[in-house]
Amino acid sequence: MQTNPNNTTTFSGQDLHLSYGGPMIVEGLTVTIPTQEITAIIGPNGCGKSTLLKALARILIPAQGKVEVNDINIHSQPTKEIARQLGLLPQNPRSPDAITVSDLIRRGRYPHQSIFRQWSSDDETSVDMALSLTGLTNFSERPIDELSGGQRQRVWIAMLLAQETPIMLLDEPTTHLDIAHQIEVLDLLKELAKRNNRTIVMVLHDLNLAVRYADNLVAMRDGKIKTAGKPNNVVTAQMIHEVFSIEAQILQDPVTGSPLCIPMMKST
Amino acid sequence: MHYLAITTPTLQRSLTVLAGIALTIFLIRLADHIQPRHHTFRWQNISSRIQLRVVWLSLGATIAIIVLSGIGLIVGDYPIPATKAIATALWERNGEYDFIINSLRFPRIVVAILAGMCFASSGLIFQSLINNPLVSPDIIGINSGAAVLAVAILAIGGNTEHLPWAAFLGALLTAGLIYLLSWRKGISPTRLVLVGIGINSVLGAIITYITIKYPIERVVAAARWQAGTLFGARWDDARTLAIGLLILLPAAFFLTNRLKILQLGDETAITVGSKIERDRLALLSVASLLAALAVSVVGPLGFVALIVPQAARLLVGSITGGVLIFTALLGGFFLLGADLIAQRLFAPVMLPAGVITATFGGPYFLYLLARYNRAN
Amino acid sequence: MITIALIFSAITITPILAGLLSNRREKDAGPFISNHVLGLTLSLILVVVIILISLRFGSLQITWEAAWNAIFDYDPTNQSQIVVRELRLPRTILGLAAGSCLAVAGALTQGITRNPLGAPGILGVNAGAAFAIVTAIYAADIVTPEGYVWFAFFGAAGASILVYFIAQFGNGGATPVKLVLAGVVVTALLGGWTTSLLILDLETLDEARFWLAGSIASRGTDEIAVLFPIIIIGLLLGVALGKQINILSLGEDIAMALGQRISLIRVVAGIVIILLCGSAVAIAGPVAFVGLAIPHMVRSLVGPDYRWILIYSLFLGPCLLLGADVIGRLVVRPTELQVGIVTAAAGAPFLIYLVRFTKLSDV
Repeated sequence: MQTNPNNTTTFSGQDLHLSYGGPMIVEGLTVTIPTQEITAIIGPNGCGKSTLLKALARILIPAQGKVEVNDINIHSQPTKEIARQLGLLPQNPRSPDAITVSDLIRRGRYPHQSIFRQWSSDDETSVDMALSLTGLTNFSERPIDELSGGQRQRVWIAMLLAQETPIMLLDEPTTHLDIAHQIEVLDLLKELAKRNNRTIVMVLHDLNLAVRYADNLVAMRDGKIKTAGKPNNVVTAQMIHEVFSIEAQILQDPVTGSPLCIPMMKST
Repeated sequence: MHYLAITTPTLQRSLTVLAGIALTIFLIRLADHIQPRHHTFRWQNISSRIQLRVVWLSLGATIAIIVLSGIGLIVGDYPIPATKAIATALWERNGEYDFIINSLRFPRIVVAILAGMCFASSGLIFQSLINNPLVSPDIIGINSGAAVLAVAILAIGGNTEHLPWAAFLGALLTAGLIYLLSWRKGISPTRLVLVGIGINSVLGAIITYITIKYPIERVVAAARWQAGTLFGARWDDARTLAIGLLILLPAAFFLTNRLKILQLGDETAITVGSKIERDRLALLSVASLLAALAVSVVGPLGFVALIVPQAARLLVGSITGGVLIFTALLGGFFLLGADLIAQRLFAPVMLPAGVITATFGGPYFLYLLARYNRAN
Repeated sequence: MITIALIFSAITITPILAGLLSNRREKDAGPFISNHVLGLTLSLILVVVIILISLRFGSLQITWEAAWNAIFDYDPTNQSQIVVRELRLPRTILGLAAGSCLAVAGALTQGITRNPLGAPGILGVNAGAAFAIVTAIYAADIVTPEGYVWFAFFGAAGASILVYFIAQFGNGGATPVKLVLAGVVVTALLGGWTTSLLILDLETLDEARFWLAGSIASRGTDEIAVLFPIIIIGLLLGVALGKQINILSLGEDIAMALGQRISLIRVVAGIVIILLCGSAVAIAGPVAFVGLAIPHMVRSLVGPDYRWILIYSLFLGPCLLLGADVIGRLVVRPTELQVGIVTAAAGAPFLIYLVRFTKLSDV
């Protein structure tokens, strides 16, 4: 993957009011995403974290407020221009019938192509790198329908990688994956953030994985940000209680030293 | 001479059917033998990724079309020696067979090829865009739109000179109406199809009404038109189709990149930088125009648009620009073959081409389906 | 004109109201069954109203009293009463039967094919019946309505069995996609042959075009009476399948995991569909749209539960068909429009309205 030492792309959402045409799900939320780091959005089901991610990815147009990349409103720029800055892995992406792995990944190169520039050498390098980073090189000509759930998730991540955006948004990238593949995907994202200076925002359900891999946590509840900051600073029993309404004990992770959240059982 | 005239139909019957089957087998074998490989073409800022297999198959389809065209020139009610027939078509303009070859057989062959290309590419775009293998211009009502005006003209005994224009207009108006009625903060494919089915059934009702209201002599003309026929195809028709294809097929070719993105679903399409509604409108317009063009010349041969894209997909996989071209060629081959068989199979009785597209296309498609199901 | 408008608005508004009421209640987490009691009561009232209207209105003007007496106090010398008893009553019964058959079969088809385009027609039913009848007219000069019934029934049944048979090939049995594709192919094939017969022979076209328009007027009631046991068994079985279709509509994997015998359900549903559609086509000819539209309308009113979809379809299918038939009798008096024409012309705007203004739920 191309390294991008000067990724200074700034990314923020300001005063966001979000709804799907009905009641407001997020009201007046402002968030600034730190550059070249991993930010994990956590929170209970229905707290608006996926909605926020959709607005950041410009799938959902805010009723009020704006999302800015490099201090320019994303809805005032050409859509392909934004697509070179910002990519998204949706929660349930849809693959066309009978499409092969490499065909799907190649489609991620769309924002870099034009009528005449249909398949440049950059396109090829990016797709090859995306294939090898996700360990899919040997599967490249297989139809996606024949792959396992974990492999399919990696194909979609590879498509996002091929898009080569400084900012990557992922909605629950570890669903459908076993523990080994979860770690593998998160390690990959970590490396992309570190070595290639990507800015990564993801919604994660597993709190402990979020704490371990994220540089920043954004904890949401009822459409609002409860707290945000470095995991070491923000993860406390009180915060867990405020966000998830559960009692938990916070230990120190013996591997990384980061906080480790142990939920209490009701019966204990 | 007399002897020939009696025996030729049987000979020609077997010849056309056998040639059709042989060429079809040739295409399938070709598809089996060529491994998917690609070649990257780059020159300065221009670059493209070419699927070699699709190129070879397109070449194969072109050869099949040429062979069939040759047969089409030679066979017919009026026996013409093979060399004479081909010579007359290509260079010997003023030969004794000039009228039969250059006013009857040759234009009909060209119209069949071009109309087949229109239908097939239109069907491919609709099916890929809506992600439903059942969608084709006739199911969402575009063909019925053409048929309503055409049948009305035939039933009231209007000027048949206006028929192609009326059909073209009817198809386009219907497509526009379906689009407008489906629009609600954007187009959802499911909504588009359901609205199309609704419109289709209203138009169908009008056609049925016309069918039972008007005298049988006129109704039968309308029924013939609805079955789809290439009878009486002229060079004018071929020119109309050719001009239309020259504009629309390249447009469709360049739009396939956008189509590939729309197939990923709205969310993914937006994030990779697609203007989804604009692209969708462009694709629907091109596909509707292609269908309208073909319908206006040869009538609603809906089955070509439904079956050929499916068959092409089984042979070469999901859509690309190359697959679009191959599908179009396959459509031309299919309609040409169907029309030749329709003319010759029960000669001197000539069936409408639509009957043959269904009779031969259906089983052939099922065969493909069964074959590839087993392979997977 | 006013009567037409009244009837039409009754047909369209009542189900919407019924649906709205039941939906409203459901959101308030009211007791589940009471909404459906209300909704079904309204539907039943609608059916009764439509039956009355169908007896009362037609090309011959008749009073409510005459219509009432014709049923409950028959006077065989009264000409109005004869019309009601001999023409409109059989016609109404045929409309009820055909309407419910088509609607229930349509809901089942959509359920097992899991395709919103699924309609009985897609399994080749109409094409099969049309082909059989046109062949019969062409080859055997059968021109009495009585003669049509069995040709239509077996034509329809034969075509759909052929579709199932073809779809069986390959992996996984008759999967939804294969079923639908096989249906399209068989339909096109039979349609092509039918067309060629019609074009070749002027007399056949002249005779068949009226049957092909779809009508419940002056059909042979006695012949059709034979079909009634089949219809009743089919309807009962069909409605009883609701729970199974619910499970099947979750997808094959989940259905299998829940212990469902998928292929058995598909076969049973297939037989029911063939019985119902064959009967409906034998009664009314190829009436388009009822089988497609009613399940969609019902689904947008009561949600995705097939137990209720099937029951409401059973009631609302006849309403659309009979309502359309009455409209067909009135718009071009003294002649009539065939019911097949009216269902398509009147049902389609309604479908488009629903598609546009209600939340579209998937099949």
